[in-house]
Amino acid sequence: MILRVLGKIGPNALAPLIAGAVAIVVSSIALLLSGHSPTEAFGTMWRVLDSTESLVLILNRGAWYYVAGVAVAIGFKMGLFNIGADGQYRLGALFAAYFGAKADLPAVLHVPYIVAIAVLVGAAWAAIPGILKVTRGVNEVISTIMLNFVAIGLTAWLLNTYFRTTGGSLTAETRTIPASGRIPSLNSVVEALGFNFGRGVVLQGYVVVAMLVGVGYYILLFRSRYGFELRVSGVNPSAARASGVNPKRMILVTIMLSGAVAGLIGMGPLLSDAQYYRYGDQFPLTLGLAGLSLALLGRNNPVGIALAAIVWAAIERGTQPLSIIGIPQEIGVILQGSFLLSAVIVFEVFSRRAQEQAIRDAAARAAPHTIGAPA
Amino acid sequence: MSVGTQDMGDTGATVASTELVERRRWFEGRNLVVVLVAATIVVMSVARLISDADRLTSSGTIGLGLRLAIPIALAGIGGLYAERSGTVNIGLEGMLIMGTILAGYAGWQWGPTAALFAGALGGLLAGLLLALATATFGVNHIVAGFAINIIAGSSGPGVARFLANQWFTTEEAGALGGSVSNGPPVDGQFPTVSLPVLSDGPDLLGDLERKGWFLLSDIAGLVRGVTADLRLDTIIAVLLVIGTAYLVWHTPFGLRLRAAGERPGAADSLGVSVIRMRYYGLMLSGAMAGVGGAVLVFAGANRYQQGQTGGQGFLGLAALVFGNWKPAGVLGGAGVFGYANGIRLSIDASATVKALMLAVGIALLVYAAIAIARRQVRGAVIAGIVAALMIVVYSVVDEINNQFVYMTPYVVTLLVVTLFAQRLRPPAAEGIPYRKGDSL
Repeated sequence: MILRVLGKIGPNALAPLIAGAVAIVVSSIALLLSGHSPTEAFGTMWRVLDSTESLVLILNRGAWYYVAGVAVAIGFKMGLFNIGADGQYRLGALFAAYFGAKADLPAVLHVPYIVAIAVLVGAAWAAIPGILKVTRGVNEVISTIMLNFVAIGLTAWLLNTYFRTTGGSLTAETRTIPASGRIPSLNSVVEALGFNFGRGVVLQGYVVVAMLVGVGYYILLFRSRYGFELRVSGVNPSAARASGVNPKRMILVTIMLSGAVAGLIGMGPLLSDAQYYRYGDQFPLTLGLAGLSLALLGRNNPVGIALAAIVWAAIERGTQPLSIIGIPQEIGVILQGSFLLSAVIVFEVFSRRAQEQAIRDAAARAAPHTIGAPA
Repeated sequence: MSVGTQDMGDTGATVASTELVERRRWFEGRNLVVVLVAATIVVMSVARLISDADRLTSSGTIGLGLRLAIPIALAGIGGLYAERSGTVNIGLEGMLIMGTILAGYAGWQWGPTAALFAGALGGLLAGLLLALATATFGVNHIVAGFAINIIAGSSGPGVARFLANQWFTTEEAGALGGSVSNGPPVDGQFPTVSLPVLSDGPDLLGDLERKGWFLLSDIAGLVRGVTADLRLDTIIAVLLVIGTAYLVWHTPFGLRLRAAGERPGAADSLGVSVIRMRYYGLMLSGAMAGVGGAVLVFAGANRYQQGQTGGQGFLGLAALVFGNWKPAGVLGGAGVFGYANGIRLSIDASATVKALMLAVGIALLVYAAIAIARRQVRGAVIAGIVAALMIVVYSVVDEINNQFVYMTPYVVTLLVVTLFAQRLRPPAAEGIPYRKGDSL
């Protein structure tokens, strides 16, 4: 019965369950080997997660991860590896932070202005590997990795020489984004609905941005001509070409779109998290890499990535207090890493099995004729 | 245009092209390398005299560059084993990290030799994991490689930090300065050696270098830089690179390994187990990168430090591409990147960087002149413009930002893959998961 239900949900749901089990086993072994109790660790994680505050924090962080996952997934959909999401949003966030703090605009215009800068810079930076690929055949994995490091150097230089605030801060950082440029929190909406979070718990407005990105991604993918061409190009490039899709244009548009969404990643911390509101040393800069994991886990599906982002954020939240009771917090990354690796392995095994099944089915359909023939 | 000049143009072109064929023959392979190296030294010498930045070719800079190049070279050689056997290895960074953490622990417990082996073991284990995912289960190589990086801890805490927490937070380790982000110091150090007489003792090369003569002093600086105060692990690393060239190109094992990366189907049909070769390739790959991690531990503070790999695994990958998937090329690429980093970290970095820009400008001018002689107008114009830009920057700008030097290796790699895309020849079947019976 359970197997039949699982079978109906299909390998896409079954695989993460298996991978999750493997991850829990692997991290339990790691905990046991290092002399800690897995039941205590997972028990503590569970207790931490079971609170409104944790739920809000998971949504906040999950929203950043979700946008990162979608940015990478757009490229994956046609077999493009945009490893450069990190560089794209790093540059996008820096420019947006600098010009956003400088601008004096009403809130209705200010937020879109900042977001537009980030999106444009992200897309422009992503255009470089796109152009290199279509004109010179340069593999985008190599070029985006290199461009990530170039982006690290560029942002450090720009921040230190031109964009840093002249205010009292010792570390290099941009000016704080004024209130009109921030995305308002959702607390007032939640309170209007009759709920009330505890003190200091803020549901970031960026959660709505992430939802809009998800809806946009869904419409783009399944309800637009471009999305159809994108999916065809991913599954069968030569068929796409034969039916009139220009592969070069497709590559360029897709990687720029991926970069544009990557530009949005930085808007989470920059415009929606009171801890930041500026670009400096502490600004989170490896969300793009997480996006890679999430796009893989979510199978590039708008809902799948969302689930993966929530699991990711939940692991992060749940392992946070572990170090207080003497259990290494790093078990979270081992949990995430083994989950990721076993998930991609299980996905691969399932898809191979499906292929073999398809071959057997085709052989079975062809077989009766040969068997029926006189010997 | 008259008929006469047309004719002359034609004959000119044919003469030039036959000349070109002959010249090409002369300018290929080793000859080309020798000519390029010689030309580079001359250009650097000229730039040093004009700019008066002695550090440009001093033995100190060269030596620092060499030390910084070694981990990059080992990571690149690690990449070579993987990619020659058909697996794209994005996980080099993670393998370096595993090398540093195990080397850090073993070095503290049992000294530098143990650290070297432990580093190799750490990388090898990561290589095995990557092989399990890619060779056995056929997972996309790039995906699996990034998973290795994430697990090891390239973008935050990972296995390395987990182990550091386990090993370096005890009272015993803490007394020696151990913490979750720092290991206790390695117990002892590898000895350093110098070439007697020339680089040590009377130090003849050092005397020559200090004279500041054109060309001679630069050559002396270069030679002294690579022969003075060499730590044993530097020598071991160079031997590993040479050993790799022998193993991969002059032994039956190497032939099988490369066959798995070029035509796995053909290799399979001749009885070579492609999967096994790819396992060997990744184990060697991880071991090399792991030794690179150990070398990183010895450099600087002589202890494990969180984040001490700093993307050098990716630089190794860049060196591999830059070096056209060959050991000598990897060494050359790592040398260039190490030199760039060395200049960035040296005293008086800004002046030296400016001198380097001047050198690049002069080199491009020479290239433009050659291109004009060969009637390659487009190449000449582009090189000329960039040369002019470099020289203008040199003469106008007072301070060069360090970040531009930091970016140099990556920009150079981008330029190489863009401009010489046709000349680069990666293994034909790299990155394609192989299943027994595939016809490729």
